[in-house]
Amino acid sequence: MLKIENLSKVYRGGKKAVDDMNIEIERGEFVAFIGTSGSGKTTAMRMINRMIEPTKGTIYLEGEDLAKKNPVALRRSIGYVIQQIGLMPHMTIRENITLVPKLLKWTKDKKDQTAERLIELVNLPQSYLDLYPAQLSGGQQQRIGVLRALAADQDIILMDEPFGALDPITRDTLQDLMKDLQQRLGKTVIFVTHDMDEAIKLADRICIMHSGQVIQFDTPDNILSNPANEFVREFIGSHRLMQEKPSAKIVDDVMIKPISITLEKSINDAFRLMVTKRVDTLFVVDGQNHLKGYIDVEGLTKARHTTSSISEAVEKDVFYVSNGTKLQDSVRRILKRNLKHIPVVDEEHRLIGLVTRANIVDMVYDTIWGDEEINEDANDINLEQQSVSNKQLN
Amino acid sequence: MIDFITQNGGDIVQKTWEHFYISAIALILGIVVAVPLGILLSKLQRTAKIVLGITSVLQTLPSLAILAIMIPFLGVGKIPAIIALFIYTLLPILNNTYIGMNSVNSGLKSAGISMGMTKIQSIGMVELPLAIPVIMSGIRLSAVYAISWATLASYIGAGGLGDFIFNGLNLYQPEFIIGGAVLVTILALITDFILSKVEKWATPRGLKIER
Repeated sequence: MLKIENLSKVYRGGKKAVDDMNIEIERGEFVAFIGTSGSGKTTAMRMINRMIEPTKGTIYLEGEDLAKKNPVALRRSIGYVIQQIGLMPHMTIRENITLVPKLLKWTKDKKDQTAERLIELVNLPQSYLDLYPAQLSGGQQQRIGVLRALAADQDIILMDEPFGALDPITRDTLQDLMKDLQQRLGKTVIFVTHDMDEAIKLADRICIMHSGQVIQFDTPDNILSNPANEFVREFIGSHRLMQEKPSAKIVDDVMIKPISITLEKSINDAFRLMVTKRVDTLFVVDGQNHLKGYIDVEGLTKARHTTSSISEAVEKDVFYVSNGTKLQDSVRRILKRNLKHIPVVDEEHRLIGLVTRANIVDMVYDTIWGDEEINEDANDINLEQQSVSNKQLN
Repeated sequence: MIDFITQNGGDIVQKTWEHFYISAIALILGIVVAVPLGILLSKLQRTAKIVLGITSVLQTLPSLAILAIMIPFLGVGKIPAIIALFIYTLLPILNNTYIGMNSVNSGLKSAGISMGMTKIQSIGMVELPLAIPVIMSGIRLSAVYAISWATLASYIGAGGLGDFIFNGLNLYQPEFIIGGAVLVTILALITDFILSKVEKWATPRGLKIER
């Protein structure tokens, strides 16, 4: 989709910001440009929407030479999320989201519909559309910043260290949200960052840059298991190389069968199920096994006096991971949010498994004494657990 | 003082009106010229330094001298007075427009451009709305200047409240001097008050909201 050929940028005074860059980015890919400051990652990205003109080389978008396109029209067709936040303080959230549609002269109805549809994607109420940026928190503002880049249905989105100014927890939430949106909407995202954790978490491929040159352009797994040279090794850090070893495993390998209950059951049913299964949390699903939330014993005790149906007692705010997620990522999330466990869902949001804190123990064990034999053992234990829980369900 | 008002009632209304419209025309001309010029200058940094230098020099000329210089070219009356006042209103408005436009967060400007705004759209949709509070305070300053200097305009026969003061000086009638000065002050205060309301109204709502 995007092909960068022999791209160079030499600033006045002869400083080479980007030096003979050659990469190709596929449609729907999430690519992170990473490097220290001065590595040329931002310059490279800004040449894609022609905020900076290349000294040499060509960028092809769907086979067309960017230099031959009108830069203003080009920028309207590429989403852009800037460093810091960059919402227009004098415009309402609605006006901010529909800034590019306004430039494209959409009708008011179409703009309003877009704003109303989009704000739901980031879990903010529609009433926020008529507020001003100053009335929102930093994390909320950057959600709007992301929406602004999606509003005109741009295929490519450029992000320039978009979450750098946010606190770690907000950043984590927004990263999840961004990854989810990108996959759901099939966008091609080019993301500039200097945070390796962020790149590993989000990117399909990482482009490591140093003094204007591409050092390695590969998937996170390949970079971690096979760093191109000493610089890359140092850049990703030895602790990550070690951590990464056992986590070639994905959640599907270790997840156990969760105990679930359907929405229409009563609170008493839930208590009975908890007692027989010896668990303190049940995952709530609908008839098609779609994950709807969870209930735990504290929540049930409180809700017991006010309602008798699970659909009213259910806690809808549930963190989950998709199947195929690397085990390390889900464990990181459990630790970061101090969760007891995290459910695994498939692409249709059906509950298919559960990763628990026991898996953390396995991972730590693997990292310290990680050899095949112990991995086998851990798998056996998991299998056992699985068969036990299967029996329980029957 | 009360005698002054009762004896000169009709005169007061007429002179105040004269005073007001001399200053108002000068101010409006100043806005029409200085705001667009200031926007233009904010895009031409090198020219800006020269132009702002020249207008600052004009500002330092004594107002009475400017009025006197006008006489050989434009004679006496309202027109030379308005032109002289207009020159005086230029600098504060020009300066504030230039500063206001330049002080808009460069991140926001580049955000607008990277979203696909043309330069004109960036001025109209981003820079100007955000610069309005600063531009408006320049206009308020100019308005007060214009009203106080319009007093001197009566010296070259433009009329206005200065007539009371100069008459008072010539005929040694302190109540005329004081009465004229008080009226000028009141006019300046009222104008400033009205313009402060205009400023509030013109400032985009999003900039006034505090969390």
